[in-house]
Amino acid sequence: MADANHMDVSYIANLARIELTDEETTLFQGQLDQVLEYVDQISELDVSSVEPTAHAVPLVNVLRADELGVSLNHDAVTANAPAERDGQILVPKINEQF
Amino acid sequence: MLNTKTISELSAMLEQGDCTSVEIVTDVLAAIDARDGQVGAYLTIDRDSALAAAKEADEKRAAGSKGDLLGVPIAIKDLLNVKGQPCTCASKILDGYTAPYDATVIAKLREAGAILLGRVNMDEFAMGSSTESSALGKTTNPWNADRVPGGSSGGSAACVAADEAVAALGSDTGGSIRQPAAFCGCVGLKPTYGMVSRYGLTAFASSLDQIGPLTKTVKDSAILLEAIAGHDEKDSTSINTDLPMFGKNLTDDHGLAGMKLGLPKEYFVDGMDPEVEKAVRDAVEHCKNLGAEIVDVSLPNSKYAIAVYYIIATAEASANLARFDGIRYGMRLDGKNPIELYGKTRAAGFGPEVKRRIILGTYVLSSGYYDAYYLRAQKVRTLIRNDFIDAFKQCDAILAPVTPTPAYKIGEKSDDPLKMYLDDILTTPVNLAGNCGLSVPCGFSSDGLPIGLQIIGDFFQEASILKVGHAYEQTTDWHRQRPVFKNLTNSSDVTGQRV
Repeated sequence: MADANHMDVSYIANLARIELTDEETTLFQGQLDQVLEYVDQISELDVSSVEPTAHAVPLVNVLRADELGVSLNHDAVTANAPAERDGQILVPKINEQF
Repeated sequence: MLNTKTISELSAMLEQGDCTSVEIVTDVLAAIDARDGQVGAYLTIDRDSALAAAKEADEKRAAGSKGDLLGVPIAIKDLLNVKGQPCTCASKILDGYTAPYDATVIAKLREAGAILLGRVNMDEFAMGSSTESSALGKTTNPWNADRVPGGSSGGSAACVAADEAVAALGSDTGGSIRQPAAFCGCVGLKPTYGMVSRYGLTAFASSLDQIGPLTKTVKDSAILLEAIAGHDEKDSTSINTDLPMFGKNLTDDHGLAGMKLGLPKEYFVDGMDPEVEKAVRDAVEHCKNLGAEIVDVSLPNSKYAIAVYYIIATAEASANLARFDGIRYGMRLDGKNPIELYGKTRAAGFGPEVKRRIILGTYVLSSGYYDAYYLRAQKVRTLIRNDFIDAFKQCDAILAPVTPTPAYKIGEKSDDPLKMYLDDILTTPVNLAGNCGLSVPCGFSSDGLPIGLQIIGDFFQEASILKVGHAYEQTTDWHRQRPVFKNLTNSSDVTGQRV
């Protein structure tokens, strides 16, 4: 990853669904390039025979009985929605054909 | 003033009938009114419900109920869901959100009869080390109003240090309990991963986050841990095992004979403030005088912790924070389609540090970079974890500093993210490995700023580090020092001072 210490901030921000101003793009570009240059130090280690750690405490699958439990109160949930109608959350049109 | 007392002192007084919970809450609210204009710890204060709950606790006690936390007021970091209350995560994006349920730790506190005082400030979504990334307000260090309280649980540490709460809950992903505890001169515990249920904690980095107590004494830390720890079927990573009675296990015997305490040379880093190093080395000497055997240990991969942490934590955050999209709760800026709605809402709702971390996390997970960054970081995480496993073959606990310096000035590092990240060098390894760590006051700088001793324990060995912390604390008087607040009505130019 020697040549990878530079990311295309606009492209990644779009993937992350965050609109950036030009000023933010320039600022973050410089700051994140610096951070990437710093974290590049882990490339100096030989980790070819090391297993990755995904979780601090090793766990196998945790299962429970598939039983109906108590759910959140419907009104309390939809009350938090920015736009709601008839107990449903309203969103903009997804498909222009309909 | 009852607000200056500890949980164990208050529970004894309540039990003896020497005070009531209503009196305690009244004194705490008076301290908040007098000091929080300067300290800025609280985001919302649940005045009426706290007093009502205190009255109820007094009635329960009169009817024969007991418990260390019954009637004791506690402040909550504002990323824990408290049913019917806001949960802002100190972000604009959760504007208008009301928690529809209690986090498990909150339900446990209610069961124990604790009084929920209100919610305290933090770095936005717990991303920061100074509470400066909060979008909702500024919190200052009670010892010096020009200094940061630390972060991300800065409000939790500041309210405890300023006696604006008897204790508080925080969360620690890379040091966010231990570092503000050190900066504000209180006791902070990051439990072992899996010790405390994360259900209802707004997730930042799910493989690193743990909830823990910020308190005035180690004994209080043990009492609060005991109340919140344990298996929860709603968090499958919470451990299902019998836990010791952390509080009752701490006795008046302050000897450490038979205990081996490790000293890692890698934790006395270049650029460390000499006053911090001296305070910690004096604390090590003190533990030796209490009977502990000091052994040298090595944690050779510690130097990679910051790099590994800022890859793994941001990667997990980029996924966890995808839920804040303007659809189901919080702020929404409309767009002509959902994609535009997401982009505009997240642009307006997130602050710069959160945006930076989401972008970095998205990048290290993206196609072509995953192996070089994320997978490699997970492998180095294994090396860091193995360092601790090896070290604990030689010792019962590890002594180290919490931070390289005491609390720095507000604004000093907020424009330089990397500089701020580097300060987490002594706390992030514990989160990556998953074991536990305690921060205990161990001195003051010549400027009168608190210094913290970090006591690191093996997996699920909280009892050991609490024992060491309790022995050290009870034979020193650092934890009894309190900041002084003057001119409380005109507080803008006032700084706290050491007694």
